[in-house]
Amino acid sequence: MGALSVRNVRKSYGPVDILKGIDIDVESGEFLILVGPSGCGKSTLLNMIAGLDSITSGEIYIGDRLVNHLSPKDRDIAMVFQSYALYPNMTVRKNISFGLEMRRVPHAEQDRIVDNVARILQMGHLLDRKPAQLSGGQRQRVAMGRAIARNPTLFLFDEPLSNLDAKLRVEMRTEIKLLHQRVGKTIIYVTHDQIEAMTLGDKIAVMNAGELQQFGTPEQVYANPVNLFVAGFMGSPSMNFIPVPIVPLGGGLGVKLEIAGNTRVFPVNGAEPQLRAWQGREVTMGIRPENITHKDESHANEPNHPIAPAKVEVSEPTGPDTLIMVRINGKDVVCRVHPSHAKRHGEMMDLMFDMSRTVFFNPQTGSRLA
Amino acid sequence: MADPSGAQTQGGSRVGRAVVYGLLILVCLYYLMPLFLMVSTSLKTLDEIRGGDLLARPQQVNFDAWIKAWDSACTGVQCGGMKGYFMNSVRFVVPAVLISTLIGAFNGYVFTLWRFKGSDVLFSMLMIGCFIPFQVVLLPMAQTLGRFGIANSTTGLIFVHVVYGLAFTTLFFRNFYITVPDELVKAAKIDGAGFVRIFLRIILPLSTPIIVVSVIWQFTQIWNDFLFGVVFSSGERQPITVALNNLVNTSTGVKEYNVDMAAAIIAALPTLFVYAVAGKYFVRGLTAGAVKG
Repeated sequence: MGALSVRNVRKSYGPVDILKGIDIDVESGEFLILVGPSGCGKSTLLNMIAGLDSITSGEIYIGDRLVNHLSPKDRDIAMVFQSYALYPNMTVRKNISFGLEMRRVPHAEQDRIVDNVARILQMGHLLDRKPAQLSGGQRQRVAMGRAIARNPTLFLFDEPLSNLDAKLRVEMRTEIKLLHQRVGKTIIYVTHDQIEAMTLGDKIAVMNAGELQQFGTPEQVYANPVNLFVAGFMGSPSMNFIPVPIVPLGGGLGVKLEIAGNTRVFPVNGAEPQLRAWQGREVTMGIRPENITHKDESHANEPNHPIAPAKVEVSEPTGPDTLIMVRINGKDVVCRVHPSHAKRHGEMMDLMFDMSRTVFFNPQTGSRLA
Repeated sequence: MADPSGAQTQGGSRVGRAVVYGLLILVCLYYLMPLFLMVSTSLKTLDEIRGGDLLARPQQVNFDAWIKAWDSACTGVQCGGMKGYFMNSVRFVVPAVLISTLIGAFNGYVFTLWRFKGSDVLFSMLMIGCFIPFQVVLLPMAQTLGRFGIANSTTGLIFVHVVYGLAFTTLFFRNFYITVPDELVKAAKIDGAGFVRIFLRIILPLSTPIIVVSVIWQFTQIWNDFLFGVVFSSGERQPITVALNNLVNTSTGVKEYNVDMAAAIIAALPTLFVYAVAGKYFVRGLTAGAVKG
């Protein structure tokens, strides 16, 4: 049985369409990420699932119940907000038990649940404090505790980590993942941070301008983006997009690249059938930074791992890797190389291209060609 | 370690500080002068007032004028002092303040956290109420009170002040609740709380600073009001401001300045008291939400 089913859901304010027909199905126990840039409609969709925002058309099922007209409290959900939304006048204990009290859970049972939640989240010592006396991370934890206490079928998280500093964000990210593994409930999680999306999600729904761009596992979305938008949005540093002419190469096809003043033709690995029609024209080739690296002997002499010397424009050490910027076909291209192989600004360096990982897009529409 | 430039700035700031404090003290004295005159005059005997210097301190502290003002001064033909009118004022000011504050809180809650179609228009219309002078509503209000059958009664006066005060209290609470994050209400909705319960359990407990502002404002306005009091009440039921006017304007007998002053202070004491008790919240409430807490 699916935990959540969103069917052709639309939202308009007058003539303005915020959501243009969204279809998403989530299996029970899955961790779904709604990710996209600001204003893509992801938070609106979450609010509609929660019942805090009305639906213009379409259907939303939680479990097998149609919830379009149910009020938030009857949807069996719990939500964690960006601002935490803790009740400032209540202690942590009261914050957690408020929802139980509203549902007329007996007092003894309330106490038992609060203690249990406090144990799971290791915040027993905070129970008698007011939210103002807590740090950002502790407030976040209380907000999660409030959600867990109700034991709902569906958890909704609305950018829960964006108010935390970078270090705490990574810690809480792990904590949320642990929490999900422990309680095994379905989670719908909104974020604009593609790293959160990749690390947390079982499934990712990439949204842009009110439309669902791609729905799949993190691996699918990362390795097989359906269009230019998804390819550019997921991954950091983002995928390189290089305009390349398609030319004949041997019996097949190749892409023409201008690197450090030399023209080279690299094979389009296995993409010939889709690119045949584009011969002699330009397409957009996408290649991720980690697929342009230093010369790796284990792949040397493989036809889909061609090597070309390039001039280093900028070199940025990040610690584990060094990011090298070179110019190819007039575009700045970022490559990720091992620090021990990295050359400095102005020097020449041999770069190895993994052509088996390249993707091709229609330069006009941005849709995937191969 | 000595730092000459640092010492110099410190010296400079000390002079500046002295100037600032000096000015503040001067202004303070200027504003306190009338109060001083009133208090000292109220404690003098009539002979002393007639014969002496206005600024001189009383030779002997004498509370006779206070006792007379409270207990037996004549306002027109009545000679029962201010005490009855003081209680009149308390009787209608307290309910009027509480009711207008409570309704204002409720209005503010609806206008910010439960917006509906046309709520902005309605709010703007309500705000016009802040700009309507008292005099404009006198006649229609008299008709309305007559129709409701509460003309010339304490209930009527409460009604008038509640209606007139609503625009202000609504504005106060609305501007305060705008700083309350929507997510708080959303969280409470998901927790299962309804419209009324969210107001009583979540929103109202947050509102202390703005409640204080509203109470001080309304108390001062209503307690000090003269026009509505003189128009919509008469005789025994008149508020203290009207009684004070009558007392001071009595044309029979000797003009007793000490009694007038004592009566005026009695009439002003409750507002002074409210400021003294809640004043620090007043400033805090007016600037609430201005700085992220």
